Amino acid sequence: MSGAQATSPRNPLNRVWVWVPLILFIGFGALAGFMLTQPKDDLVVSQMVGKPLPAFDLRPATQGLPGASADDFRDGKPRLLNIWASWCLPCIAEAPQLEALKASGVEIVGIAIRDRPEDVATFLERHGNPYSRIGADDRSEVQLELGSSGVPETFVIDGQGIIRHQHIGDIRESDVPTLLEKVREAQ
Amino acid sequence: MLVEIGHAALWLAAALAILQMVSGALALRDAPGEPSPYALYARPAAVVQALLAAVAFATLLHAFAVTDLSVKLVATNSHSMKPFLYKLTGTWGNHEGSMLLWVTVLALSGGLLAFAERRLPERTMSATLAVQGFVALGFYTFLLLSSNPFERLPGPVAEGIGLNPLLQDIGLAVHPPTLYVGYVGLSVAFSLAMGALITREVNPNFAKVMRPWVLGAWVFLTFGITAGSYWAYYELGWGGWWFWDPVENASLMPWLAATALLHSVSVLAARDALRTWTIMLGVVAFSMSMLGTFLVRSGVLTSVHAFAVDPERGTLLLVLLGLYIGGSLAIFALRASSIAEGKRFTATSREGALVVNNVMLCAILAIVLLGTLYPLLTEAFDVRVSVGPPYFNPASAIFAIPMFMVMAVGPLLRWKDDSPARIGPELALLGAIALVAVALVAFLGDYPVLPTLGLALAAALAVAALLPLKGRRLTRVPTATWGMVMAHFGVAVALFGMASESAFTQERLAAIAPGEIEEISGWTVQLESVDPVSGPNWTAMEARLSVSRDGGEPVILRPQARNFWSPAQATSESSLLTRWDGQLYAVIGDAAGVGADGKLRWQLRVWWKPFVTFIWYGGLLIAFGGVLAIVGRVQVDLRRRKAVRVGAERRDEKAALAGSRPAAPEPAE
Repeated sequence: MSGAQATSPRNPLNRVWVWVPLILFIGFGALAGFMLTQPKDDLVVSQMVGKPLPAFDLRPATQGLPGASADDFRDGKPRLLNIWASWCLPCIAEAPQLEALKASGVEIVGIAIRDRPEDVATFLERHGNPYSRIGADDRSEVQLELGSSGVPETFVIDGQGIIRHQHIGDIRESDVPTLLEKVREAQ
Repeated sequence: MLVEIGHAALWLAAALAILQMVSGALALRDAPGEPSPYALYARPAAVVQALLAAVAFATLLHAFAVTDLSVKLVATNSHSMKPFLYKLTGTWGNHEGSMLLWVTVLALSGGLLAFAERRLPERTMSATLAVQGFVALGFYTFLLLSSNPFERLPGPVAEGIGLNPLLQDIGLAVHPPTLYVGYVGLSVAFSLAMGALITREVNPNFAKVMRPWVLGAWVFLTFGITAGSYWAYYELGWGGWWFWDPVENASLMPWLAATALLHSVSVLAARDALRTWTIMLGVVAFSMSMLGTFLVRSGVLTSVHAFAVDPERGTLLLVLLGLYIGGSLAIFALRASSIAEGKRFTATSREGALVVNNVMLCAILAIVLLGTLYPLLTEAFDVRVSVGPPYFNPASAIFAIPMFMVMAVGPLLRWKDDSPARIGPELALLGAIALVAVALVAFLGDYPVLPTLGLALAAALAVAALLPLKGRRLTRVPTATWGMVMAHFGVAVALFGMASESAFTQERLAAIAPGEIEEISGWTVQLESVDPVSGPNWTAMEARLSVSRDGGEPVILRPQARNFWSPAQATSESSLLTRWDGQLYAVIGDAAGVGADGKLRWQLRVWWKPFVTFIWYGGLLIAFGGVLAIVGRVQVDLRRRKAVRVGAERRDEKAALAGSRPAAPEPAE
């Protein structure tokens, strides 16, 4: 920069370098603008998709419903495995969609993450119970083995206990047909 | 009700920002030298705006303090059972609140500038206030249209969701506000640079006005980065102190630019050189703090600092970024050639050394910027990469090593022109120290190249930092020079800490049962017990570790694996034992099954990090050096003002004595 200082203001080099920052910035702006318009796919799909369920046997998460184990998924019937928790707000949002799936004849097994039995009971009372059984995963151990990184998540498990599909985040109304389709494919 | 007052105050502040901008801009239409009637409004508008923004922030703070669950932001980020301190800090532990903090600090510093700064020509001041008003307006718009912190819920909820437990820590109470003051201080430097550029007043007088703002912002940035690094070190439980995460880089880049700016503005103030370069750095420094905001808030980059992200906000921020940075760089490019050439100097002069280091700092800035944006670039071509220490460490070292060398020598050189031969003995001394340090480290063991070089440079720099004091009466050394010595010594201390940590750290990972012992670098660590404990909003497994050094008195450490329930999250609370020559860092993990003897075993991770604390001591010394520099400059300025006043009084007295008695004294101009 001493060169720029020591030369006369009329020096052509002087006139060129003052535009460099602006040109670089425009380049950045174009890139950032383009990237903002791109759909952002931050979801990391579990490596367990396509593999059998890891072995687990969870105690019941609340009174009146049985707990869940990997063996429950081996009777030839495809099911949904829903990772949720009573403290999770999106789980409230997806409750009607789970009801709709249940009404279409899909059996849903729940795994409640880091939850308390009384909270689970209150949640089911308030938002309905779409589950046939709910296991309690107090330390997220089964959740991590499934390759699930958050709540809620829903897995499609086929009749042999193989994980066929992972849905990350709450189930929106538009996701219901897709999930039904996946369950049918797993038949 | 209070919340609505805060919301209204924010709108009013936005309206005043328009007034400030328009009044400042209109004042520029009048010919230079004439007082403009429009200029009248800019200063009061800035001051009242500051008060209104402070009111808005205070009402939000109150809403968090009393946990007003009818406010959406409180309901989604706070919890009635949270400790009171963290209720308050929760105000800025979220996107909307932190943006409100940002504009509040912006308005406060704009108000202070308008209220206190009288040294600049009024025309330059008008332009500066217009730019400041324009910047503030953009952020008010962003806040009010896309991130309103005062939004009410349709009805109050029974309980809030809570604050991310990682943020429930004293580190969060100080670290973001400090950084914000730093970022925003740079906005004032930016406005001043633009004001001087627009009115063609780039001269030492302007540099003297700009310098305290740059110094102040730089002190806060230094302190904020130091505090943030220490927070990450003990709170995240990974045992590292810098992760090259995009958000960390977002704070480092403005610091690098501000460091360059601070040295360049000093050259401009003292020597009337580096005019264009100073203006350019003023623009770049603020651009970097805005760029950081954009990268973090828009979600274009994925970072562990996962704030609520939203493409709409990103677009709005990108528009603001384009307006401010694009606009100012365009003005810079058009106007730069009209800035008269500054004073000349040779390469071997203090200015020459400062220019070299300015370029080195900018090169490191470019390295960090490239590494931060590279994932964005490759993602445009559908390739996902993550850039980490294997790139950043060596790439920045390429420029950091020569920079440290020049930094050791620069303060010894004279202004304008000097010969290297004059400081030959000092150069030989510094070279010898570095060589001895390398030899010593090589003798101690086989360590990687970069830490070895770091240790050698740190030793030479520590001595070099003190050399400017040689041969001077210490009581007569100006305070600002003490500031420089302190800050440069701090760099040596921090560099020593970093190099020592990466060269000498020892780590043990073990699964042990209560009663068993683990050894590390002369320390004996015995796991006494693991028990459940509980806090106000968490439960934890707490290990009791009895540690002793070389058979000395045992000390108890209690690392915890905590489970927060609202929101549910597990955190690792490390336990640290600080000694003068390092820190013992212990973390407890999950149960690791039952051992052969039937006892439950726990995962235990222990580090011994020699001299790691010097990193943060160094950071504090650097910041303290900055404070001394500010104090020194203000002292000189006050003394000069007093001298001018006394001189004027004496002249008046003389004139009164000498003047003919009947004549009335001339009115002062």
